[in-house]
Amino acid sequence: MNEIIEAFFQAVELIVTLDPAVMEIAARSLIISLSATIIATAIAIPLGFLIYVHEFTGKKMLINLIQTLYALPTVIVGLFVFVFISRAGPLGFLGLLFTPTAMVIAQTVLILPIMTGLTISALSGVDPTIRDTIRSLGANTRQYLALLVREARFAILAAVVVGFSRAIAEVGAAIMIGGNTKTSAFWTSTRVLTTAISLETSMGNIEFSMALGIILLAIALVVNLVLMTVQQR
Amino acid sequence: MSIYGRTNPPVMDKRSTFLVAAVLVAALLVCGCTQTGTTTAEPPQTLRIATTTSLYDTGLLDSLVPGFEKEHNAVVQIVSAGTGKAIEYGQRGDVDILMVHDRAREDVFLADGYGLNRRVIAYNYFVIVGPESDPAGIAGMQPEEAFQTIYALGTNGTDGVAFISRGDNSGTHSKEKAIWKSAGYNYTEDIQNSGAWYIEAGKGMGDTLVMTNEKQAYTLSDIGTFLAYKGDLDLVALVDSGAILLNVYSVMEINPAMHAGVNTSIAQDWINYMVSDDVQQQIEVFGVAEYGQPLFFCASGKAETIGVPAGECATPLA
Repeated sequence: MNEIIEAFFQAVELIVTLDPAVMEIAARSLIISLSATIIATAIAIPLGFLIYVHEFTGKKMLINLIQTLYALPTVIVGLFVFVFISRAGPLGFLGLLFTPTAMVIAQTVLILPIMTGLTISALSGVDPTIRDTIRSLGANTRQYLALLVREARFAILAAVVVGFSRAIAEVGAAIMIGGNTKTSAFWTSTRVLTTAISLETSMGNIEFSMALGIILLAIALVVNLVLMTVQQR
Repeated sequence: MSIYGRTNPPVMDKRSTFLVAAVLVAALLVCGCTQTGTTTAEPPQTLRIATTTSLYDTGLLDSLVPGFEKEHNAVVQIVSAGTGKAIEYGQRGDVDILMVHDRAREDVFLADGYGLNRRVIAYNYFVIVGPESDPAGIAGMQPEEAFQTIYALGTNGTDGVAFISRGDNSGTHSKEKAIWKSAGYNYTEDIQNSGAWYIEAGKGMGDTLVMTNEKQAYTLSDIGTFLAYKGDLDLVALVDSGAILLNVYSVMEINPAMHAGVNTSIAQDWINYMVSDDVQQQIEVFGVAEYGQPLFFCASGKAETIGVPAGECATPLA
């Protein structure tokens, strides 16, 4: 028990003193997962919107499929992206494997389904009476859609937050695509919070792992606080 | 105010928050790029190495990288994986250099044309480690005899006798299979799935040692990783002599003819760096101060001990 408490205090010290190794990994994690979230947002929200407003055969099936992909295992995304970007694969000429860019791609793929699906749910969740009111007051299609998004904005924002959380917390794809490498240059390294925790724990550096774990939790906490504040406004 | 009750401020707010976030990320990206751009006149080349875990987990590669980066204006990126996985990366052309320890599979790799210019850079020995109490009583045995004893006691359910295998197609796993074979067993038929005593970890050497320690079982380890982890483990080396325990580390470049994206010039620089007198000397003394004995022996001039052609032993590329 003493060991755990000691490790915890050393972890806090690593954070408070802004240990460069810890900060570098945290910064890389944030940048990669934020980038993935931004890209996925730009795709998922319009896509969810399109699916929601259009009636077509197989729509239910498609939504079912998207919802099934919420549980998309991270290692499968890793495998899928790996076979595409590895040098022997179709996109191999880009030389993307073991780069942060590739990790952004993998995380984007990973969170697209859940963000698209939650966007559809968010729009479907708008009170039907509000929908009818908008229509009956003579709104044209564009105005109708703009108001719909406005009504659903908090639920859509929640979709973005869920996407980000899944991206920053995943380890399977990050280790397969990034390779958990550490180099002397920030942008050629691919070590992020989750992969570093896994490695450092196996190497017996419990304090270091714990510091990274605390940061990971803190990021999740901050994100949720921001979401809550926005929703209460 | 329109009939739709449109209230712009919150929307604007959200938009501006998003914008601020986007700008921040962009600024960070730009900062990062210019920073790396201004440190040197020419952008550094990246050298990608797939290595067996032992060379990385012990800290040896990390200690050798800075010298190379300075000398050649390069950034060295190391992917630490078992030999099996490292070879896979090599075949796919995802790295420029392989550093592995499995002669038989290296020979196939070279014969298939994937690799070039193999050089032996270091060697050490495998050890069979286990709990100090040694419930199977293998201390001091020959490796084959020790494996036979562990097998006999493991399969008859003797308390406390278990063997943890890397189980990950690594070089160490290959060596373990070779010892089972030499001891008279068929690995897939006799050993795998022969009972709860034989556990396949599917992990790197460090993880496997930690697991062996938790279970107070036996395992095969390279001496380097074992010494590096020994301080945190209640395990001792019980069997450490026998010709079969020799462990030879090689470096080779990936054949650029197979994959156009491979950086062959920096790869050859790395091979020559590894076989240079200076680095060979650093390998020989690495860890001595901390562990009281070397983790690796340099290959230079030891072709006979290692049993490889003299030209392969730490000879610079022509």
